[in-house]
Amino acid sequence: MSTSTQTREPAAAELTTGGRRFGDQIFRGLSTSAGLVILTALFLVAAFLLWQAWPALVADPADVRGGKGLVHYIAPLLVGTVMAALIALLTALPLSIGIALFISHYAPRRLASALGYLVDLLAAVPSVIFGLWGITVLGPGMIPVQGGLVDYLGWLPFFGGTSSPRSMLVTGLVLGIMILPIMTAVNREVFLQTPRLHEEASLALGATRWEMIKQAVFPFGKSGIISGAMLGLGRALGETMAVAIILSPSVRYTSVLNTSGNPGTIAADIALNFPESSGIDVNTLVASGLVLFFLTLVVNMFARWIVSRRSEFSGAN
Amino acid sequence: MTITEHDQDTTNDTDEPSLEASGRGQGTLPEWVRWAVAAASLAVGGLLVAFLWKVNIPFTVIVGALIYVVAIYLISRTVESQRHAVDRVVTGVVTTMFLLSLIPLISLVVTVVTKGAERFDAQFFTYSMRGVLGEGGGAYHAIMGTLVITGVTTLISVPIGIFAAIYLVEYGNKNAISRALTFFVDVMTGIPSIVAGLFAVALFTLFLGPGTRMGIIGAVALTVLMIPVVVKSTEEMLRLVPNELREASYALGVPKWLTISKVVLPTAIAGIATGVTLAIARVIGETAPLLVTVGTTDSTNLNPFDGRMQTLPVYAYYSYATPGIPREPYFARMWAAALTLMLIVMALNVIARLISKYFAPKTGR
Repeated sequence: MSTSTQTREPAAAELTTGGRRFGDQIFRGLSTSAGLVILTALFLVAAFLLWQAWPALVADPADVRGGKGLVHYIAPLLVGTVMAALIALLTALPLSIGIALFISHYAPRRLASALGYLVDLLAAVPSVIFGLWGITVLGPGMIPVQGGLVDYLGWLPFFGGTSSPRSMLVTGLVLGIMILPIMTAVNREVFLQTPRLHEEASLALGATRWEMIKQAVFPFGKSGIISGAMLGLGRALGETMAVAIILSPSVRYTSVLNTSGNPGTIAADIALNFPESSGIDVNTLVASGLVLFFLTLVVNMFARWIVSRRSEFSGAN
Repeated sequence: MTITEHDQDTTNDTDEPSLEASGRGQGTLPEWVRWAVAAASLAVGGLLVAFLWKVNIPFTVIVGALIYVVAIYLISRTVESQRHAVDRVVTGVVTTMFLLSLIPLISLVVTVVTKGAERFDAQFFTYSMRGVLGEGGGAYHAIMGTLVITGVTTLISVPIGIFAAIYLVEYGNKNAISRALTFFVDVMTGIPSIVAGLFAVALFTLFLGPGTRMGIIGAVALTVLMIPVVVKSTEEMLRLVPNELREASYALGVPKWLTISKVVLPTAIAGIATGVTLAIARVIGETAPLLVTVGTTDSTNLNPFDGRMQTLPVYAYYSYATPGIPREPYFARMWAAALTLMLIVMALNVIARLISKYFAPKTGR
């Protein structure tokens, strides 16, 4: 498609004359400036955040929230952010692969698209509703589960103490459910793109369905799965309202996940404190937002880089 | 990925199981066996969970799936072969994963609908919260605020998004700008919504000084989130328009801009409308950016250029976070707001599907 777009250009240029060219120029100018507006917007996001965060970066450590300086304020939040996102990723990765496989290779053809739509519906639910559901249904429902984890897996460094319905584990699970649809969508697309001939060749050699998937679908979809996971990770890192509602934060470092002793996340911390902040506090929160921005930027760029690398030499598209 | 790599994989993987398995039974299980095993395992699992603890659907599914996997493995191993047994186990696991993922969706919908129905009445849609303490009141101001802010967002994002997509497909020719644009639009879809909110706050601090709260600031924040979605979907749709149409138009001497506006865009309009609707559905539920840019209020304010406004997600959040006493009416209104929000989002999704189904151009096949 794109190659033929290129060949069209000179032919179109020769046709333009007089008044027509004027309309063309306006249209071309509009499109180009729309593109440039978007590019500048992304640049401005970074620039304005830096500008607003600057007072906090150069401020006297005693003036910053918490009184110990910017690093001491952001570090626990960063740990909390990564922790919640990792729990979400560990939950959602195997599930999304399984669901995508079910929809692409196991479910009856006629049902498949409807089932896919059902999973997509999960993506449409606003995050504030996920938060309210997490605190009223999943949190209380997880109390016996967390108790069981402490009883039987208490020797692991992750479980112990008094379980809380507002723990890091519950938060991570809700985030996992929230990023499930996007990861499933990416995996499903990639699995469906597996060359038909690879699959049939494998089946013709007598492979069972699972062996065919191992031989043809997974090797083909590996980079897609990774980039889908990175996209999901990016979402989980930046997710705000669900965390703000569910997690009960404290400023400590602990590997125990089932109590309310874990630090909060950057995004949730901003949402909880920004409305009542003024002066240097605002700058501090913007500085933490800047950290989050760069973190998600790196994760997303990595994901996109994997995708673009794949599309260049796979020959699938 | 090359063909030779696949060949190697094939030989490596199938060699040993097929040799080892050939000694066992070579029959095939009839179709009804796995349904019977599945039903039996679910029943046993349900009973086990209910007997040891209490009736619980998620645990029934998990325990039932475990029993099913073990049972089908043993049966298939004796009747069929080791390899088929593994295949059947994987089928079971994959199906279970799908069923498990439906549980949160169902639970969420049931919770929101049952709890939201209590205050889902006429008063909820016609009253604001002005002067209301405790019972009564509604979300009229929040619903209108959400509609106004989302409307402004759509007005800004859709033209920019569509023109940027036109640039990518019709003018870009894969030059440096269009490659950068494609890449950064992809990156932009991953910007955390709260960061978009902070950006809008910082931008307007420059013009209006710190601490300003206005509807338009929230709209700008949402624009940052909406534009990449519009660009992506529009670009995809424009690329689907066959080049023959464009070439036919050029051959008749029609200038490029008229070709785009009279031939390309009308062909792709259904897809673009679908994409825009889904983009609206995405931003209408955003809470965090509005929390930091628009603030909250109890009165109706429909002017996005004048002070705080209430929006549905923020209304739901504050009803939960700072309820008055007694709490119950606040929570009831919160669930009603959540239900309203969810219905709006679902309606937008359904509309999007319908547009793409009924208005899509008929392809040759």
